[in-house]
Amino acid sequence: MLVVDPSNGCAEHARVAALPRYLRAGDLLVVNDAATIPASLRGETMGGEPLEVRLLSRRDDGTWRVVLFGRGDWRTRTEDRPAPPELAIGARLRVGGEVAEVASVSARSVRLVDLRFSAPSSSVWRAIYRAGAPVQYAYVRDALHLWDVQTAYAGEPLAVEMPSAGRPLSWSVLLELRRRGVALACVTHAAGLSSTGDEALDEALPLDEELVVSAATVRAVKETRARGGRVVAVGTSVVRALEGNAHAHRGELVATRMRTSLRIGPGFVPRIVSGLLSGVHERGTSHLDLVSAFVDGATLDEAYRSAEHEGYRIHELGDVCLVLDGALASDRAGLRPRSASVPAGLAEPLLRGASCAR
Amino acid sequence: MTLRGRAVLITGASRGLGEALAREVGGRGARVVLVARDGAAVEAVAQDIRAHGGEAWSIAADVADKDAVHRVTGLATALAGPIDVLVHNASTLGPVPLSLLLDTDCEDLERAFAVNVVGPFRWTKVLAGSMALRGGGLVVHVSSDAAVEAYPTWGAYGASKAALDHLTRIWAAELEGTGVRFLGVDPGEMDTRMHAEAMPDADRSKLARPADVARAVADRIERAGESQSGARVALSASAEPSGLAVAS
Ligand SMILES: NC(=O)c1ccc[n+]([C@@H]2O[C@H](COP(=O)([O-])OP(=O)(O)OC[C@H]3O[C@@H](n4cnc5c(N)ncnc54)[C@H](OP(=O)(O)O)[C@@H]3O)[C@@H](O)[C@H]2O)c1
Repeated sequence: MLVVDPSNGCAEHARVAALPRYLRAGDLLVVNDAATIPASLRGETMGGEPLEVRLLSRRDDGTWRVVLFGRGDWRTRTEDRPAPPELAIGARLRVGGEVAEVASVSARSVRLVDLRFSAPSSSVWRAIYRAGAPVQYAYVRDALHLWDVQTAYAGEPLAVEMPSAGRPLSWSVLLELRRRGVALACVTHAAGLSSTGDEALDEALPLDEELVVSAATVRAVKETRARGGRVVAVGTSVVRALEGNAHAHRGELVATRMRTSLRIGPGFVPRIVSGLLSGVHERGTSHLDLVSAFVDGATLDEAYRSAEHEGYRIHELGDVCLVLDGALASDRAGLRPRSASVPAGLAEPLLRGASCAR
Repeated sequence: MTLRGRAVLITGASRGLGEALAREVGGRGARVVLVARDGAAVEAVAQDIRAHGGEAWSIAADVADKDAVHRVTGLATALAGPIDVLVHNASTLGPVPLSLLLDTDCEDLERAFAVNVVGPFRWTKVLAGSMALRGGGLVVHVSSDAAVEAYPTWGAYGASKAALDHLTRIWAAELEGTGVRFLGVDPGEMDTRMHAEAMPDADRSKLARPADVARAVADRIERAGESQSGARVALSASAEPSGLAVAS
């Protein structure tokens, strides 16, 4: 885990098990508890042309918004995949053993369509869980199991790609945080596809995504701010959910199920979130843009260079980065609570001393 | 906790106690997901619960099948919402007639543990994290007096149920303070296929009816907050209708 403190430009390397060191009693850690749907389904046109359907989101009218790919699967790099057959509205497909009709085709890309299944929603869910596989990309050699793409606290299946920043969080870390007075809360956010193979469509990512903020989470955020604690998001999806929700409600967080297409990048002023734990992202992605709302470019660049030097793995099964004001300052000032019962993993020395960009 | 509006997942719900419990909690307004290997049998029960105004879905799966765990729990959550109550009721005796340990094939002992212990462990592992994050939930392990008494020929089953009992206690200790509770229930002797297979000569009139036991288990679920998490309760049946005494 790369730890970056934007308030002083310092960064250091640590193990995820040491996360509790960087948070304080009174802080709130918010995770995305969406389970990952096996969102990749094989399909074919009625003429027998094979294609792959990647689910994006279930719409309020019961249709599924999906991205279509031509023949082949994840073993071929997304950008090298053949385009799907062009489908007109009304065209019928067989998907995971069910029949679906194209209800609309996006003006942005012919790959982005809404499908209306003829079976009821419970049968569609059965087909998804019977025939679907996790969405994955060519850089992982083996086929992923459904358990490879779930966090340790996954609940409602809403994400079509794993909310992967939470992947390294074990319950021993989560319970240790709680013992130290850090509160836990969740949002459920439909983390979407990170790549579609269609440049125009990739430009537009993330598309609008469904999210749920519960009354308990609204309360937890309010209480955290009242006591001067920090709200730490686990994953860019949590930032999008909390800020997207507040953005739609004049800066206030409201308990609701809604959609957001808020784009967050450099210059965005977060109203709810103080810092975030997220993946180490490839340059030029919307994920990294979002991280840039929390830290200046020079500090992030310097920290990323050091991470590259240390051999950090990027992409969703890779390493993580904590960006949080005060993460390292509090450490230096000795404000960090030193519990007598620090588990072995936490007492481990840092992998490397802190370095500061300024 | 009232069962109304709760999402309840019950394994082994196609007959016996599991079926009766699914009907009972469905009648109390819970959204029930029923699991068993025989898909047609378990769907028939779900259909009947729906016909009586309840909300129920069936899923065909073997609780010992590692590959099925996430598919079943994910589908169950998609259908009924995040699971509030998980009842591990499915169980195997191993081959009948029951045999002495010295005559038990190792594979049969392994299978008993796979169904009666490892399966419940896997399913809880997938579902209890979400419960802990939401701050509440209940996991029920259906045990047996064979977990406590050393009955000759009940070795594979009895040892696996004893392990299940201990799992109840350790889960409870580890998740203390999270709001997730664990409960072990010994249902007592009931007139079911399992009982008939184990003891074909038993006097069935002396056995409790699964529906009566199911009512007592559902009451226990609704009052789980009153007992210590990790507790094991024995429901001892009598031939009297609704004559269920409870010994904790
Ligand atoms: N009956 C008694 O006197 C008694 C006494 C003490 C404790 N118990 C306990 O009470 C519970 C219920 O027993 P019961 O008497 O109602 O048994 P039962 O009538 O034999 O019913 C067992 C249920 O579990 C399902 N099942 C069995 N193996 C399974 C597997 N591998 N995966 C998924 N489902 C499976 C069965 O359906 P499929 O075959 O279709 O899978 C059936 O729905 C068990 O835990 C048992 O140990 C019973």
